[in-house]
Amino acid sequence: MPFQSQGVAKYYFMAAIALFAGQILFGLIMGLQYVWGDFLFPAIPFNVARMVHTNLLIVWLLFGFMGGAYYLIPEESETELYSTKLAMLLFWVFLIAGALTIVGYLAVPYATLAKYTGNDLLETMGREFLEQPLITKVGIVIVALGFLFNITMTVLKGRKTAISTVLLLGLWGLAVFFLFSFYNPVNVVEDKFFWWWTVHLWVEGVWELILGALLAFVLIKVTGVDREVIEKWLYVIITLTLVTGVIGTGHHYFWIGTPEYWQWWGSIFSALEPIPFFAMTVFAFNMVNRRRREHPNRAATLWALGTGVMAFLGAGVWGFLHTLAPVNYYTHGTQITAAHGHMAFYGAYAMVVLCMISYAMPIMRGRAANSNKAQVLEMWSFWLMTIAMVFITLFLTAAGILQVWLQRVSDTPLPFMVVQDKISLFYWMREWTGVVFLIGLVLYILSFFVKGEEQAKAA
Amino acid sequence: MSTESLALPATTGTAPPERRLAGDLAIWVFICAELLAFAVFFVAYGVARARHVDMFNTGQLTLDRNAGALNTVLLITGSWFVVQAVARLRGGDPGGSAGRLLLALACGGGFLVVKVFEYKAKFALGISLSTDTFYMFYISLTFFHLMHVLLGMVILALLWNSLRRGPGPTTLSSLESGAAYWHMVDLVWIILFPLVYVMR
Repeated sequence: MPFQSQGVAKYYFMAAIALFAGQILFGLIMGLQYVWGDFLFPAIPFNVARMVHTNLLIVWLLFGFMGGAYYLIPEESETELYSTKLAMLLFWVFLIAGALTIVGYLAVPYATLAKYTGNDLLETMGREFLEQPLITKVGIVIVALGFLFNITMTVLKGRKTAISTVLLLGLWGLAVFFLFSFYNPVNVVEDKFFWWWTVHLWVEGVWELILGALLAFVLIKVTGVDREVIEKWLYVIITLTLVTGVIGTGHHYFWIGTPEYWQWWGSIFSALEPIPFFAMTVFAFNMVNRRRREHPNRAATLWALGTGVMAFLGAGVWGFLHTLAPVNYYTHGTQITAAHGHMAFYGAYAMVVLCMISYAMPIMRGRAANSNKAQVLEMWSFWLMTIAMVFITLFLTAAGILQVWLQRVSDTPLPFMVVQDKISLFYWMREWTGVVFLIGLVLYILSFFVKGEEQAKAA
Repeated sequence: MSTESLALPATTGTAPPERRLAGDLAIWVFICAELLAFAVFFVAYGVARARHVDMFNTGQLTLDRNAGALNTVLLITGSWFVVQAVARLRGGDPGGSAGRLLLALACGGGFLVVKVFEYKAKFALGISLSTDTFYMFYISLTFFHLMHVLLGMVILALLWNSLRRGPGPTTLSSLESGAAYWHMVDLVWIILFPLVYVMR
């Protein structure tokens, strides 16, 4: 690798993968609880398993983004990281804080955790995805500020590129919108209104900038296409993302007590949200087709193409499926949402982090690419995880359609739990597909340990 | 129709004029996406109107058609100046080109002023996004378009600045891209104005 300090990314990536494994295990526990209600009860109740599953997802993606930034920024800026020591210190702070939070979730009841961690000082707990105790939230802010200081200083002292600018914009946006997790108005409408400023403006706003920047970086490296071409696409994609995604927040404001015009605004703008994802897919394939070199790391190229396609399907198509207000009137909060959430997070964010890891990890370990044997295994893991995710999404969609029908559309609507029993077949199929996903993940981890003839040394 | 006009042009041995996309491909992707966004908005307007024809007709009568017509003239004149700016730069006259951009900017500025007065009159009557579906569309569509006029003006101002500092090898392509964007803003208004203000 060109700069020594890029090596800190390795720690972030390893932590990300470990937490990813944890996320999947809790996903399987939860998936089983859907059909076997008291599985592991009272040790791990469903609400706790769900909290751990979603929080681990967010934390491992954040580790991935930070690792990606620590790897990308010195190379783009053509200078060493401002402070390697700070990056390592923040790594341990974040890892330990994250681990303690998960232990807290599992060891004591949530209310007790809230009491011990000073939730009465400033009430921020108890909201979906933002369940973290106050001290963890403060810790996240400190880590984020230190991290942003570190990479911003690096960019300022080195070369400024479109990719590093977009990445910085995304990461600063991530930090700024997290601040809304501290704002918890008593009015329930306002509470939900601003809750989405963290949740939606992360995943359908600033995170997409991070996704675009990481993808553009890997594409420049593996295809050798001119930077100017790739940067132009990046600008078009992020503008489209922001135009559609920011007002698209309205698709969460249909039924929470906000004015009626949100039904129009939310429907119209979020209906256009697939466009930037489609542009990203076209962009990835176009760049790979116009490639000027055959990079030995074929696995990284596969992840780059995969993330474009799966993000378009998961975030774009499955998002569109239930984004129009008249449709959402029936589908709101059903398994359709779960189907979209799974494929969108995997396609857009999990895959881009895995793409970055796939590209950077071999270089940090002293080679341009892994051995053929290791890459073949990695590609097997790609297909297993991706196909498993497609089927998880399809089964949840089927479950969702049935749920909507039996519970809401039918002339004789059935109660929630009765419907849950009737669609359990799909939950079983989703659980088994989840096991296949886990097998894919295990193969992915094993691919790091496969030896074989070494590829050409990294420049 | 005379038969001559259907005849193929005589081959003179010279290559046909090269067909090339004015401006950058990326701006065209962007313009198409913008047009699609407005198209979706217009279709939604049509659907909503079909369901509340009376409400839309009553609301439409309260709109200031003169202000709308004046704004149409301003935008089309602005586009004419932008066309001239491109022609001047192609003809090797960057100074004249920059001057035409300033005139186009003035037209854009005029549009903003008219719009502010129009909104002021409506807001004074207590009209808001929540008044009814017609006014929701009127305010949303015109405001969304207004934001595009503003963005177009920012683009023209940047182009004016780069022309003033002396054109480089990519200036013409940038100017063509900016001009294409400005014409898009114009085109959308030419659909929006009759649709929302006039057609009954």
